[in-house]
Amino acid sequence: MNLTTPDCMTYMEGMEKTDTRIMDRVLALMEEYDYDSYTAKDVEHALSQEEISLSDYGALLSPAALPYLEQMAVRGQYETRRNFGNAVCLFTPLYIANYCENNCVYCGYNCKNKIHRAKLTMEEIEKEYKNIAATGLQEILLLTGESRHMSDVPYIGDAVKLATKYFTTIGIEIYPLNTDEYAYLRQCGADFVSVYQETYNTKKYEEVHLSGHKRVFPYRFNAQERALKGGMRGAGFGALLGLSDFRKDAYAVGLHAYFVQQAYPHAEISFSVPRLRPYINNAEENPKDVHETQLLQVMLSYRLLMPYAGITISTRERSGFRDNVINLCATKISAGVKVSVGGHDEEKKGDEQFEISDPRNVEEVHQAILAQGMQPVYTNYIRV
Amino acid sequence: MEDKLIIGGHEFQSRFILGSGKFSLEMTDAVIKNGGVEMATLALRRANSGKEENILDYMPEGITLLPNTSGARNAEEALRIARLSRELGCGDFVKVEVIRDSKYLLPDNYETIKATELMAKEGFIVMPYMYPDLNVARDLYNAGAAAIMPLGAPIGTNKGLLTKDFIKILVEEIDLPIVVDAGIGRPSQACEAMEIGVDAVMANTAVATAKDIPLMATAFKLAIEAGRAAYLAGLGRILEHKAEASSPLTGFLRD
Repeated sequence: MNLTTPDCMTYMEGMEKTDTRIMDRVLALMEEYDYDSYTAKDVEHALSQEEISLSDYGALLSPAALPYLEQMAVRGQYETRRNFGNAVCLFTPLYIANYCENNCVYCGYNCKNKIHRAKLTMEEIEKEYKNIAATGLQEILLLTGESRHMSDVPYIGDAVKLATKYFTTIGIEIYPLNTDEYAYLRQCGADFVSVYQETYNTKKYEEVHLSGHKRVFPYRFNAQERALKGGMRGAGFGALLGLSDFRKDAYAVGLHAYFVQQAYPHAEISFSVPRLRPYINNAEENPKDVHETQLLQVMLSYRLLMPYAGITISTRERSGFRDNVINLCATKISAGVKVSVGGHDEEKKGDEQFEISDPRNVEEVHQAILAQGMQPVYTNYIRV
Repeated sequence: MEDKLIIGGHEFQSRFILGSGKFSLEMTDAVIKNGGVEMATLALRRANSGKEENILDYMPEGITLLPNTSGARNAEEALRIARLSRELGCGDFVKVEVIRDSKYLLPDNYETIKATELMAKEGFIVMPYMYPDLNVARDLYNAGAAAIMPLGAPIGTNKGLLTKDFIKILVEEIDLPIVVDAGIGRPSQACEAMEIGVDAVMANTAVATAKDIPLMATAFKLAIEAGRAAYLAGLGRILEHKAEASSPLTGFLRD
């Protein structure tokens, strides 16, 4: 690494500096969090409480809670039904560009990777929208790689404006912005913003984000707050589980979301749970690996900490896992997913960020939801 | 005399208002039939598309729709949703829900009063969901509400009539139909609400989370009818303070 590269806590030019109270609190609590200190008794105590405290939450995420996964699932299902009934929302992501200026060692879109890069024109985007809308979907998540240069805010704004013609709900998952830029995209019609911190361990964060604006930890951390200040209805949180110590990261994600909801009580909070898969032939079982069991533990812990928060399950997971978690804790599921740039049209224009494990189309996912005794919901939101 | 519920000039035999959205749409018909329901709420945010899985397609003929403004965070947004609802042919009834808290979903009484006034001026039959506060209820009356809908407990909690004494005050003081809206978790609680003289009960989660959803609708119907009959019959007095002492406290009087 270049010696002149600033550390990950140093802001770059043009980045809005905001209050860091929530970040300071989350990082301090995460530092203290010792998941090995919890016992079965702590987990039993947590499960007996009507309201899960932050300490209970720590217990639920600990290895001591693994034997209690079934009880957590029962409670998770109850809380989800109470808050969401049997509704499961459907959406699809659309990558409109995959140019990226960041060097993140774990990512397929890494700017050093020689992949096929592309950016859709508005005509191409509209074609994609039409094809997606024809499947019945009314919620879309627009994604770009993180390049302000190649996919700037006005470009994203135009894509959002165009999306309002076809969809009732528009989420964006793009590089972090300043408050006034979020306000602009809100004005264009965007409703929800997702930003994933990847890891809350600042040392690890610095090691894996070698260059680019993403290297700046606090600017990313405070993105949800800026989005809400900019008028967005809700914000999504998540860490790339497995990148660092997943229990600590998941603990931090929950606290981050919890404190933001306290500070912005109107905000609709949601979680996503991307993970790095463990190597299958690894002879030694690594306690930090995120298998399906650990992934479900994280999801149920989020659910019990914040029973009213949305949880999205992506096509990174296999259909059998997805179909079952919508019955326990997830409230939103993607369908008809392409993770290339475009691809709902006849052909993809740029390469994929990662491989998906559930290629089912909207109708197939719809039927799978019904088979779980749940109801598929295509729109749950009015833009007013 | 026939015992009817009258809201905004419309007459109802049933005092069970059904909330929707938490159970599968295919069940709507059975739940409404079993519950003898004549008015059902629907979230306009679920019904604003006219495309896939539209709840409006599942509402039986003759049911009075009570579209709600859920998703609104202030009076202006609620008004826009109400107008949209009218455009979609959902009628003039509207349940005002203005909520700025995603955790407890407690209503914002101040914005609710403003929304009620705006909607009443536009000719809506306005039924505001509110936190049971006498002053707010009076303001809602003056703002043109057709009924008021105080919460029994935080929505979805099934905790019953936690606010019973405050709702009683509204029953005493406010000359509008009172509909207990949230928190009713079991038929006995619905019955209890009716016994204290509220005019109707709304339930959703309690029905939607039952094992047998249509059967629970029947149970609510019967409980609400029983509570209403008890109220009309006049509940017997409960003597709480051993009110008859062996030597009367007033025995010294000599007229």
